[in-house]
Amino acid sequence: MSSTLAGWLQALALVGALALCYRPLGDYIAKLLTSAKHLRVERGLYKLVGVDGDADQRWPVYLRSVLAFSALSILFLYGLIRLQNHLLLNLGVPVMEPHQAWNTAVSFATNTNWQSYSGESAMGHLVQMAGLAVQNFVSAAVGIAIVAALIRGFTRNRTDRVGNFWVDLTRICLRLLLPLSIVFALVLVANGVVQNFHGFHDIVTLGGDTQSIPGGPVASQEVIKELGTNGGGFFNANSAHPFENSTGFTNWLEIFLLLVISFSLPRTFGRMVGDNRQGYAIVAVMGIFWVASAALITFAESQHSGSALQAAGAAMEGKEQRFGVAASGLFAASTTLTSTGAVNSFHDSFTPFGGGLTIFNMMLGEIAPGGTGSGLYGMLILAIVAVFVAGLMVGRTPEYLGKKLGGREMKFASLYILTTPALVLIGTGVAMALPGERAGMLNSGPHGFSEVLYAFTSASNNNGSAFAGITVNTPWYDTALGLCMVLGRFLPMVFVLALAGSLAQQQPVPATPGTLPTHKPLFVGLLSGVVLIVVGLTYFPALALGPIAEGLH
Amino acid sequence: MPKPLPTSVRTHFTALRMLLVMTVILGIAYPLLVTGISQVAFSDKANGSIVSSQGKEIGSSLLGQNYNLPKKNPDDADEQAQPDPQWFQPRPSAYNYDPKSSGASNLGPNSEDLLKNVEDRRAAVAAFDGVDPATVPVDALTASGSGLDPHISVAYAEEQVARVAKARNLSADTVDKLVAKYTEGRSLGFLGQDGVNVVLLNKALSEQK
Repeated sequence: MSSTLAGWLQALALVGALALCYRPLGDYIAKLLTSAKHLRVERGLYKLVGVDGDADQRWPVYLRSVLAFSALSILFLYGLIRLQNHLLLNLGVPVMEPHQAWNTAVSFATNTNWQSYSGESAMGHLVQMAGLAVQNFVSAAVGIAIVAALIRGFTRNRTDRVGNFWVDLTRICLRLLLPLSIVFALVLVANGVVQNFHGFHDIVTLGGDTQSIPGGPVASQEVIKELGTNGGGFFNANSAHPFENSTGFTNWLEIFLLLVISFSLPRTFGRMVGDNRQGYAIVAVMGIFWVASAALITFAESQHSGSALQAAGAAMEGKEQRFGVAASGLFAASTTLTSTGAVNSFHDSFTPFGGGLTIFNMMLGEIAPGGTGSGLYGMLILAIVAVFVAGLMVGRTPEYLGKKLGGREMKFASLYILTTPALVLIGTGVAMALPGERAGMLNSGPHGFSEVLYAFTSASNNNGSAFAGITVNTPWYDTALGLCMVLGRFLPMVFVLALAGSLAQQQPVPATPGTLPTHKPLFVGLLSGVVLIVVGLTYFPALALGPIAEGLH
Repeated sequence: MPKPLPTSVRTHFTALRMLLVMTVILGIAYPLLVTGISQVAFSDKANGSIVSSQGKEIGSSLLGQNYNLPKKNPDDADEQAQPDPQWFQPRPSAYNYDPKSSGASNLGPNSEDLLKNVEDRRAAVAAFDGVDPATVPVDALTASGSGLDPHISVAYAEEQVARVAKARNLSADTVDKLVAKYTEGRSLGFLGQDGVNVVLLNKALSEQK
């Protein structure tokens, strides 16, 4: 079979598998977010924690719960990392510097999983599993909880209640993420991903060298790293490491896992608002961008432009033999269009346009399909903007799903859209203005600028992948990127919850012949255009200085 | 009766208790459960697919290795390692096949350093295997993503057959058969890319009588 055919087949198989999961998984999530019944174990848990599982919260209370939980997560993780030399299973790793520990704690609690450390030499097993992997679960659940509150804003009328954060968090972790993780962790182990508590284990190779074989509870962390769109590797090489991603099959499965929840959530949305067609329209826009991006990146890589790649004859620098170019392009598109940031190949060595597209994917706000929950709320904000733009064209007050989009709603939507570009562009600008920070680049010229731009785009959008040649384990980068992660995660959440509260209070307006239908191809086209123009154009000058300049050179 | 705590303080206590409960369930119980099942059901793979030869552990079938000649002066840190013609050689590695630090070169597509690496490798591999530099396959010229890639392309394995056979006094046919035996196709026929597992191939070579 030719490589091209195999490349198309694995993408097609992915589309098929995701399509099969869309309805059952989306319906299942809708049910767990709307059911009035608690499981017995959940009731016990609520009693232990001290929450009333039947009491819904107003949006400011919901927000305070999210922020309190996330703040404590950061503190707890920071403490675990700084004290790990006193803990079990620490493998004798040195104590991490405060700036790097802050960066790491923030990174995992914000679902970013940017890593300025390397797992092999900086993390013991206990911190990996009881610190980092726990955040992989709960930060993913926080994203889904926020979008659940936003959807309730559309479905509820004349109320100030948007749900109960503690109940949402518990149900998403225990009913959705945990069972899927157990099943797929075992599938990964069966295919070669390791799962043990060994430290490094020395053997003598046939060539006469000593090689240290690493160990660790890798599969249990690997699965939630993908499923929760986190992306923080157990090892420095992330999903390129054979102990994290052993075969062509595990690679395909990992791409599937990092897409499946985010691609099913539009169904949850359609289900909850009582019109499945609304979900199909949203998933269509996500699908268009994902297919286009995967095809373009794979095509760019197959052309292997760039003087060094031309000399080599193919874009295999930083790519694994068992994956090849097609499976690496598919992974790269999927990981940057979600907030995952896991990598099975190193984007810094991608072709100028292939690597540039991974940056552009993140700049779109990670909405196609995006992070767990965060992808859908990002897309719904853009849907609101699209409806508003259409309303302006015909001169009537826009409404979406029966809710009027007035000044208050548009203010929150606009603030949401402005937050990340501001962080990315200011952060990159400041870093480029400082000679010490410019020196962090590994590559020179436009490619070096792309490394800095990638870092701030990745942190502010909570992706976590990198043009990894850049040296970021410095107090300045750790602090600055940490701030971008915190602000890029929680400011948008504030605006989304405020919007949810504002929508929930409204009395719905009945649809009239003048209402813009939001389930038709016309709206799919309109929303796609808004995504490209509103978000894409913001970044055009920055992209022109980096990947575009390099690619056209 | 003591005054009740302010709401903001109570929210933080709730959050702390929730985090601790989640840590116990997701951070302790879950990995222990998965490890327990894995160790019983898939103990070989869960422990790193360790390969043994003549009773001694020689590596993992998933992690590539170096096969170099002994250094002329073991105390000279700057001495360049020379490949051993008796073994199939793996891809270049940015981390010298040391699993204590995995990763890639991260050199960009237009990097002059990368261009020089590619040209140097092309010349060295062609001379070592006695082939035309233009025919050296791309995986012999580029460093992998993990620095631990256990595979090479079929083309690169075939290029090395004559040199290995000569160094070991084996017939090219015998070595060819071993290459074919350790060629792994795409998963399920279409996922990923095919390649030859160098660790297993070299182990089989070492066991040839």
